[in-house]
Amino acid sequence: MSSPLPPDSSSAVEPNSPPHRPSFTAPEAERLQPDWEGIAAMAEFKALLARKSRFIVAGTIFFLVYYFALPILVGYFPALMERKIGPVNLAYVFAFSQFVMAWAVAGVYVKTAARWDRAAGEIIQKSEDR
Amino acid sequence: MALAMFLSFIAATLAITWWSARRTSGASAYFAAGRNITGWQNGLAVAGDYMSAASFLGIAGMIAFKGYDGFMYSVGFLVAYLTVLLIVAEPLRNAGKYTMADVLAYRLKARPVRAMASLSTLTVSTFYMIAQMVGAGALVALLLPGISFNVAVTGVGVLMIVYVVFGGMLATTWVQIIKAVLLLSGSVFLSILVMRHFDYSFTKFFEALSSVTFTQNGVKVTQDFLQPGHKYAGAWGPLDLISLGMALVFGTAGLPHILIRFYTVPDAKTARSSVVWAMVLIGAFYIMTTFFGFGAAVIVTPDHIVDGSGKISPNMAAPLLAKVMGGEVFFAFISAIAFATILAVVAGLTISASTSFAHDFYTNVIYHGKEPKPGSEVRVARITAFVVGALSILIAIVLGPAVNVAFLVGLAFAVAASANLPAIIFSIFWKRFNTAGAVASLIVGLGSSIALIVVSPSIMGDKHLFPLENPGIVSIPLGFLAAVIGTLAGREPEAEAKYTELVVRANTGLGAEKATSH
Repeated sequence: MSSPLPPDSSSAVEPNSPPHRPSFTAPEAERLQPDWEGIAAMAEFKALLARKSRFIVAGTIFFLVYYFALPILVGYFPALMERKIGPVNLAYVFAFSQFVMAWAVAGVYVKTAARWDRAAGEIIQKSEDR
Repeated sequence: MALAMFLSFIAATLAITWWSARRTSGASAYFAAGRNITGWQNGLAVAGDYMSAASFLGIAGMIAFKGYDGFMYSVGFLVAYLTVLLIVAEPLRNAGKYTMADVLAYRLKARPVRAMASLSTLTVSTFYMIAQMVGAGALVALLLPGISFNVAVTGVGVLMIVYVVFGGMLATTWVQIIKAVLLLSGSVFLSILVMRHFDYSFTKFFEALSSVTFTQNGVKVTQDFLQPGHKYAGAWGPLDLISLGMALVFGTAGLPHILIRFYTVPDAKTARSSVVWAMVLIGAFYIMTTFFGFGAAVIVTPDHIVDGSGKISPNMAAPLLAKVMGGEVFFAFISAIAFATILAVVAGLTISASTSFAHDFYTNVIYHGKEPKPGSEVRVARITAFVVGALSILIAIVLGPAVNVAFLVGLAFAVAASANLPAIIFSIFWKRFNTAGAVASLIVGLGSSIALIVVSPSIMGDKHLFPLENPGIVSIPLGFLAAVIGTLAGREPEAEAKYTELVVRANTGLGAEKATSH
């Protein structure tokens, strides 16, 4: 998976390395650096980033709201949550549905992220071809 | 019987340690198992690290005594992995090397950030570890009456030091995988036995839960265990429950011993699939807490969940249920699993603490990012593992078996959520974020969590100054607020300049640490 990089990309590597550069050991630092600024400026990369942030923000808000609804309803509306549904009550059904919700969100995320992987692969390819 | 099972588990894990020690050479191999762990293996290891004795014994006991409110822990423990999956796992893998602090130090000033992150990691790991060790000592002493608490704690401590010092990350990962398989199969057996007791009828099972009779303050009471509010009651109860949920959902993504597992896989894609594997296994396990937690409440009944001396002991719920359902052999098997669980988790905590000290503090804070001699980072990690292990043995023995350790685990989650998570999230997603912000969030998050726990009912009892057992609802916003205020107080052009590089790296995997080939 190692990506050979075009020699001209080395010019983009930090001209004056700040003193607090993290400890990437010798072989890491000597390796040619990818063209970070060039990739960041690509329209495809910006589009990927926008798609990712939209999904992650929406997904996070959704699961947080769904999850915190449980302690809030259980804590402040006990009469509603103790209503019987068959042999169990609404509180248990809602708690159990959290497991289904978590798995479903994870499933959707994995499917979506596979598309991002392809987009990222194309971006890397394109930056190397330049 | 129990002894034979304990010993065979110990023998198997020592064999793994010996095998790992022969394969482990070099820092990447020692700290990150050569980054060669596959997705499902890492999923099992993450699940193993997470399903601690607190989960298995503690939640079973909590549900057996408090019913529905105990099950709320099970729910939070799984949903928490969505934070890990959506926000943290992949950028962390792409931008870091061995520890959580790598991501923070990527564009911030390495020394202050790493020093604070290392302190926070050591705090979380040590609290968590002492809780597990005290639990281990009490458990072993109960199950093997000939062995005293002190001997049991020392035995567990010595074993965990051996795994970590000699076998490194590879050994602890495999110990974790074996333990996760054992724990899951034990839970499945136990759940099936419980359902057989109710003729495999969910209706009968849940109907039995609606009237559990036990003795409370000397009076016989009957409670509906499916009804919420048996633990989190009173005016502050609902708020405490929300606060607990916050600590779980935001804390897991800041637990150092979980985060370092994402460095053991080859790339971010595998990190993602390992979280999904972990979510399947962890979810299945926590759903089963319904059966063995509520099962213990109905079949054993809270009055009969007692330790060797006849004292009420919630932690014995799962082992005693096994005894009632499957006899002595199954009791020994479940007890051995509980023991294996504790051993594996303390080993995982030890390696996370020693990696952070060696990589963050020794190499990067003291020696400015360059090992003084090749191999000294691993040597320091081994020495740290030994010291951390010895200290935990000592502290656990001093505290003794009677100490209430549940709050130590709560504290670990609160610190992880309030100190670590704001720093991780902002360094990945906020360009302007800087060193002052990171250090502020680590100090305020760590300090406020500890301070609020000290003045909470968990420690001060009825004379508490803070009404909630779980500090998250106050300490988490404080941690985020400190990060924002610290950042806005000044600008750090170097940190902003490196943000582009971090974003490209985190989102494409370019330049990420590669797996080593054998």
